[in-house]
Amino acid sequence: MNAVLRRTAPRLSSRAILPSRYIGLRRFSAIPESSPNHINLSEASFLARSSRTALSNTELSDLAKNGASKSMNLYQSVNDALRIALETDDTAVLLGEDVAFGGVFRCSMGLQEQFGSQRVFNTPLSEQGLVGFAIGYAAMNQTAIAEIQFADYVFPAFDQIVNEAAKYRYRSNTFNCGGLTIRMPCGGVGHGAMYHSQSGEAFFSHCPGLKVVIPRSPLQAKGLLLASIRDPNPVIFMEPKILYRASVEHVPLEDYELPLGKAEIIRPGSDVTLIGYGTQLYHMQAAADLAKEKLGGVSCEIIDLRTIVPWDRQTVFDSVNKTGRVVICHEAARSNGVGAELAAEIQENCFLRLESPIQRVTGWDTHVALSFESFQLPDVTRTFHAIKKSLNF
Amino acid sequence: MICFGRSGIKMIRSRGIRALTVRPVKVNQSVSRIHTGKVSLASDRRSNSTSTTHSGVGVAGTVGGTGTVSQSSRGIQKELVFPGSIRSQFTTQLNFNDPSEATPMPTYRLIDLDGHQLDPEYKIPFDKEKSLKMYRDMLTVSIMDSIMYDAQRQGRLSFYMVSAGEEGAAVGSAAALEPHDVMFCQYREQGAILYRGVTLKEFMSQLYANADDYGQGRNMPVHYQSEKFNIHPISSPLATQIPHAAGAAYALKIRNKDNNEPDSGCVICYFGEGAASEGDFHAALNIAATRACPVIFFCRNNGYAISTPSLEQYKGDGIASRGVGYGIDTIRVDGNDLAAVHRVTREARKLAVENQRPVLIEAMSYRVSHHSTSDDSFAYRSKTEVEDWKRRDNPLARMRKWLELKDWWSEDLEQQTRKEIRREILSEMAAAEKRKKPSLDQIFNGVYSELTEPLKRQREELKEILDTYPEHYDLSHYEKGREGLN
Repeated sequence: MNAVLRRTAPRLSSRAILPSRYIGLRRFSAIPESSPNHINLSEASFLARSSRTALSNTELSDLAKNGASKSMNLYQSVNDALRIALETDDTAVLLGEDVAFGGVFRCSMGLQEQFGSQRVFNTPLSEQGLVGFAIGYAAMNQTAIAEIQFADYVFPAFDQIVNEAAKYRYRSNTFNCGGLTIRMPCGGVGHGAMYHSQSGEAFFSHCPGLKVVIPRSPLQAKGLLLASIRDPNPVIFMEPKILYRASVEHVPLEDYELPLGKAEIIRPGSDVTLIGYGTQLYHMQAAADLAKEKLGGVSCEIIDLRTIVPWDRQTVFDSVNKTGRVVICHEAARSNGVGAELAAEIQENCFLRLESPIQRVTGWDTHVALSFESFQLPDVTRTFHAIKKSLNF
Repeated sequence: MICFGRSGIKMIRSRGIRALTVRPVKVNQSVSRIHTGKVSLASDRRSNSTSTTHSGVGVAGTVGGTGTVSQSSRGIQKELVFPGSIRSQFTTQLNFNDPSEATPMPTYRLIDLDGHQLDPEYKIPFDKEKSLKMYRDMLTVSIMDSIMYDAQRQGRLSFYMVSAGEEGAAVGSAAALEPHDVMFCQYREQGAILYRGVTLKEFMSQLYANADDYGQGRNMPVHYQSEKFNIHPISSPLATQIPHAAGAAYALKIRNKDNNEPDSGCVICYFGEGAASEGDFHAALNIAATRACPVIFFCRNNGYAISTPSLEQYKGDGIASRGVGYGIDTIRVDGNDLAAVHRVTREARKLAVENQRPVLIEAMSYRVSHHSTSDDSFAYRSKTEVEDWKRRDNPLARMRKWLELKDWWSEDLEQQTRKEIRREILSEMAAAEKRKKPSLDQIFNGVYSELTEPLKRQREELKEILDTYPEHYDLSHYEKGREGLN
């Protein structure tokens, strides 16, 4: 029943605080065995459990559909995407703290051996430096893939991202740094506390000029990451770190991209629309199952937003206009979070169809605390409760 | 005498401690072993060094990624073989390095205040034509500055920044570059931009933010750019361009890895001594050194960052002393001496391109002007100080004297040229002023490579407002007026 995250990495940076053997959330949490909040991240039904399921994904290119697939976890699919990106673009470089030996989360394993130390390299420990460097590299019409070791440490580079990367094209109209992608592990991991748990997507989603993408699974991660790297705009690509090892599915081996700016309905339904992204999808799905069981067969439509900026308004509005009820989920704090933007736009565009107030299931307006994470991040219970409130209004 | 902790070691600050750090150090067995491991990209960057002054530093980058440093087991250890500091010798003398006792880095000068060449050995490599272009460009910037400064004062322009006192550093350095070299500026490098070939019309279009402006009127005046001349767009946040320059230089390096062109170009990055206090300066020099990027960091040390004198900006030996700490070849030059700046930049370029590594130049000068049109510098410095500088030393006067000693210039030519330049500037200025602003669709274009759905909707919202309240806005100054938004 646990989300098993077992580390095999022999070397970790001082920042990689995960212990070498990490058995589930239970040891650190107050969740009893019988709680519906014990979800197995590798058993979510939206994961492609077979080659056939993976290759029948309608969004895949014909090349990918007719190729083979392999079972991968999320870090392996990120690694696969990075390998393809470096193979298909001679100008592409991968840089960051500790990426050369494979990265503290193993995402860049084997890449320096394959592509050489000129294209895959460690940078000094300076987020503003490595992001600024990547912007300059991309501004020469080349491809830069920068890694921030944890999304919690992106803030020293905030100026470079917001004032420079996001505005390069606008201020110039001639030059741009669209070849830039900044990857960063994000989100709660059970025991990451304040500086290994953050989800800063709302900070970036307030800044015109950036795209923000968060995948939910290995197949999605590969396609969205390749699309992000090749998108002609700077992209913030946030990888939920709890999924690196826990989320496993069949991933097509060929080169394929999934569209940015397009949400995906991962379960159609008619009574309530659940909107979320990243790890929340696993909790939302379990909550939808629970609601179906406990609330007389209530049918939830589950939408994975995938791209936070620019988000897929049409898919969201169509769904809300059908169901009339909305629950929005994210780990990040509530106030001025992505949920606030979604709720405001839904209210404006689906006003006559809404049958109950829009519910937001989010992190509290606190920081993530080591001992209290299971009470802080939204879980199945809170999502279920929000569905109930929405229906009972 | 200082007591150090409980052990009570007495430490005496010795005189001339700097000698320790510059003494040439023999490479012993234990050190050479470090170089046998997997060598990083940066490892060979010292091999062609012509500099001997930094022999004790600058190799730190070579151990990156090897992880094979070990203590020697033979004999008595003389040198430190910790991975973080591989060429330090052990000592039993407990001495702190006292920066106040170190000799400041000297300032390279070629022409004295009277226009005489100081080092007769060196042949100044400009012919009459190039000399006169450089002088004319300095003169143009200087005249444009006074005209535009007044224009701003009359409200004809929203903002302006002059570069008085720094024309020599800008023109001299730009003249030492090749056209394919890439340039990143702060905002006070008009001379460099002009020398490269940007026209007065282009300057004026940017200043007046009109429809001919490459930036489509989106940025403040003086934020120039030129795709044609490889000048990246200036942004207001200070020092952000310094790591960009390192990254752009790395792009040149990567491009050249297969074709090995004889001259693959370099990047030059300008910034003031105030900007060098930003974290981005530190980050950029460090990453440029560790990745061995062909970039020239060109610091204009003009004594002031707005009102803050350099004495409140730093405590060390200017900016130059820091370069050495990053393992970067560094030189300080008289920024009012165009010929010296030119020679230094030419040599720096050679180091950067041939040896693929960064170089730092600190050009000393004095900001004769106010910081900008929004600043009255007499609130924090005296008029006499400024007047004194103007009279005593400025790059234009010095070059003029040099030209006159060569019989290449005269008072008549000076007056005639000034008149010509003035006329040309005023005519371009008038034309730029008359030109319409860019069309309104440029509000939404360029945020992303394509117009996103939210932006399309917001553009519709603006249309609705303009159509509902046409009398609230004057669109006559904008290209195509209301139609510009369709």
